[in-house]
Amino acid sequence: MQKYMRWSGLLVVLMLVLAACQADTGGSSDPSADESTPASSEGAGGTADCDADEFGCVEIAEGDPIIIGTELVITGANESLGLDSQYGAEVARGLRPDIAGHEVEFNHQDDGCSAEGGTAAARALVSEENIAGVIGTSCSSAGIPSAEILSAEGVMLVSPSNTAPSLTAPETHEPFYARTAHNDSIQGAAMATFVCEVLSLTTAATIDDGSPYADQLANVFAREFESQCGGTITNEEAITVGDTDFSGVLENIAADSPEFLYFPIFVAEGALITQQAKETSGLDDTVLGGADGYFTPDWLSAAGEATEGHVLSGPDLAFAGDFYEADFLPAYLEVSGTDTTISVFHAHAFDAYNMLADAIEEVAFTEGGTTYIPRTALKDAFFAIEGYEGITGTLTCDENGDCADAKISVSEVQDGEFVRIWPEE
Amino acid sequence: MPARRARLNLVNIFLWVFGGAILALSAWGAFLTLSEGRISPSAWQTLIVAGVALGSVYALIALGYTLVYGILFMINFAHGEVFMWGAFTAFFAASALNDIGMIDASPLLAFLLVLLTAMLVSMLVAVLLERVAYRPLRGAPRLVPLITAIGASLVLQYTARGFYGSGVRGYPGFGLFGGTVELGPIRIDVVELVVIFAALALMFALYFFINRTRTGRAMRAVSEDKDVAAMMGINVDRIIVTTFAIGGLLAGAAGILYTLLFNQVHFFMGFLPGIKAFTAAVLGGIGNIIGAALGGLLLGILEQVGPNLLLTGYGIPSPNQLQDVIAFTVLVLVLIFRPSGLLGRKENV
Repeated sequence: MQKYMRWSGLLVVLMLVLAACQADTGGSSDPSADESTPASSEGAGGTADCDADEFGCVEIAEGDPIIIGTELVITGANESLGLDSQYGAEVARGLRPDIAGHEVEFNHQDDGCSAEGGTAAARALVSEENIAGVIGTSCSSAGIPSAEILSAEGVMLVSPSNTAPSLTAPETHEPFYARTAHNDSIQGAAMATFVCEVLSLTTAATIDDGSPYADQLANVFAREFESQCGGTITNEEAITVGDTDFSGVLENIAADSPEFLYFPIFVAEGALITQQAKETSGLDDTVLGGADGYFTPDWLSAAGEATEGHVLSGPDLAFAGDFYEADFLPAYLEVSGTDTTISVFHAHAFDAYNMLADAIEEVAFTEGGTTYIPRTALKDAFFAIEGYEGITGTLTCDENGDCADAKISVSEVQDGEFVRIWPEE
Repeated sequence: MPARRARLNLVNIFLWVFGGAILALSAWGAFLTLSEGRISPSAWQTLIVAGVALGSVYALIALGYTLVYGILFMINFAHGEVFMWGAFTAFFAASALNDIGMIDASPLLAFLLVLLTAMLVSMLVAVLLERVAYRPLRGAPRLVPLITAIGASLVLQYTARGFYGSGVRGYPGFGLFGGTVELGPIRIDVVELVVIFAALALMFALYFFINRTRTGRAMRAVSEDKDVAAMMGINVDRIIVTTFAIGGLLAGAAGILYTLLFNQVHFFMGFLPGIKAFTAAVLGGIGNIIGAALGGLLLGILEQVGPNLLLTGYGIPSPNQLQDVIAFTVLVLVLIFRPSGLLGRKENV
C-alpha cells in the first residue's frame, strides 16, 4: 500500500512539473507577441489609435491566425439549436477563410443554454487575450451574462439566435452586444396575428420555463393577443426546467379550456408538454403552439405523434433566395453530416460571421507585420452596418444592436414534418 | 444549564409556531381553492393518479437508498445514475425490439424482455459500483464513501454521455399501454396503471424477500450488527453485494417505468429523480422500507396536487413552478415534528 502511495506521490510531482513546463511554453509563445509590441510602438503611427481606444487593440502577429469565438449550446437537449448555428458559421468560414489577411481559427465554447453556462463560456473567451469577436450566444439566458462580461472587456458579441427583447432594450443593452436574430417583440406579435386572423381563436393560455427567452416571448404574445383581436388569456403558467411531469400545470390550464396553448420553451420540456397536453382531457381540441426554441427534428422525434398539427413560429427562410438553396445548403449538409438543417438559425450565424468579418476588415490596420484591430472602433463599425445584403435579408443595425431584417413565418407539423403555412409567399 | 434549556425551548417554540403557521396557511389555501371550484373533481383525480404513478417510481428508487443505508449507514448518491442506466438500457432494448418488429407482434413479451434487460443491467452497474467504489473504502471515515459516491455518479453520467451523446432521445413506446380505462368513476391512463401495479408488485416482492427468505433474514441480521452476524456464519460481503443488487434491480425497473411515463431519456435524467427519491427516503424515515415506499408516494402526490391545491387559492401566478418548494417544505415540516421521518428510522432493515 505504502509503495502505491509513494508511486502516486511521484506521479503527482511529475504532473506538476509537466504542468509547469506547459505554462513555460505558454509563456514562451507570448514573447513573439511581446517583441512585436515594442517594435510597433516605436512606429507609433496607427498604434496611437490603440492607445486611444478604451479597450486597446487585438494584435495578431504575422502568420498567426485571427481568433473568432463561438459561444453556442453544443451539448445537451438543445444542442441542435447551437450546432446548427455553429455549422452556419463554419460554412461562412469555408467561403471566407481569411479575415484581414489572417486565417480564421474558431474557439468553440458551450453556452449550456443557461446563465451559468454563459458565464463560464464568456470567462473562457475573454481569457483568450486576442479574441477578435464572438458569435453567440444561442440562448438568451446565456446571452445576458455573456454580453455583460464580454462588453466589460470590449469584445464584440453577435448572436445568431438570442431573441429576448431585453437584450436590445435601451435600458438593458450592453454596448458590445448585437444580434442578427429577430427580436421577440416581432415574433410574439406575428404569432398573435396568426392565431387571431388565421386560426380565428379567442382564448389562449401560455406556459414559460422561467428563462428570459420563454418568459418574454410568452408575455409579448399574451399582450399582443389581447390587444390585436381582443383575445382572452385564460392562464399564464410557468414550469421549471428539468421537470418531467406537467399534469399539474396542464390540469390547471385545462380548467378554463383555452382554444390555444402557447409554450415557447425548449426541446426537453417542450416535447414532454406536447405529449402530456394530448393526454389531458379538457385540452382535446386545443391547438398547441411553440416557437423557435424547439423548432428542430429532435423535438419531432422526442414527442412523436403528439406533434401532429402543432404550429411553430420561427424565422422565415423562404426569402433566403438562390444562394441559400444552391450554395449554402449543400455546404451546410457537408459540414453537419445530416440530411436536413437541424434548426433555424444557421443563416443568421452565417450573416453574423460575415458582418463581423466586414467590420473587422474595415477597421484593421497593419504595422510592422502585425495586424491591429481597435476594439471600440470595431464596435462602432459593426453598429454602423447599413443595408447589408445577407441570407436572412437586408440587415441594418440600430443603436441597441438589433440588426435583423426580421421576417417571421409559422409552420405546422404535418405527417411528422415542418410545413411552412403562413404568411403566403 | 437552565439558561441553555430555556434557549432550546425558545427554538422549539419558534419551530412549532413556524410549522403551525405553514399548516394553517396551507389549510386556508386549500379551502380557498376548493371553494373557488375552478378545477373539476375529475381533474383532481387525474392529478392524484399521476402523483401516485410518479410517486411509485420515486418509491422504487428510494428503496435502493434505504436498503443500502440500512446496512452500511451510507448514502449511495450514485443510485440515481443506476436508475438512469436502467432507463437507457430500456431505451436501447426497446428500440432494438422495435426495429425487428417484436413490439408490434407481441408487445407483452417485448415489454417483459425490456424490463428484464433493464433490471439486469442496472443490477450489474450497482454491483460494480459497490465492488469498485465502496468496498475498498469499507473501513474509511464516513465522509470518504460519500465523496466516492459523488465521483462514481459523475463517472456513470458521463460514461452514458460518451456512449449515447448528450441529446434527449424519444422513446419508441409500447402501443399496448396507450389509451385509458375507467375504474368506476375514475379515468386512468393505462400507462399509469401499469406503472403503479408494477411498482406495487415489486415492493411486495421485496417485502416478502426481506421477511420470509434466508437471505432476507441474513440482511436483517447484518443491518442489526455486522460483526455479530459475521460470527454467526453470515458472509457479510455477500449480503452487502446482494443488497446493492436488489437496489439495482429496483432502480432498473424504476428506469423503464419512468421512461414509460415520460417517453424520454437523456444522460442527466438520474439526477433529479435521485434527489427526489433520497428526499422520499428521508421523509419516510431512512433505513425503513415501508417508510421509503410511503415517502415516495407522498412526495409524488404532493408535487402534483400541492401547487394547485394550496397556492391557486391565493391567486399566486404560475403556482406549478413552485412544486419543489412545496415538496421540500413538507420535508422540513416532517423533520421539525418527527426528526427521524414519518415512520421513524429503524435500525434493522
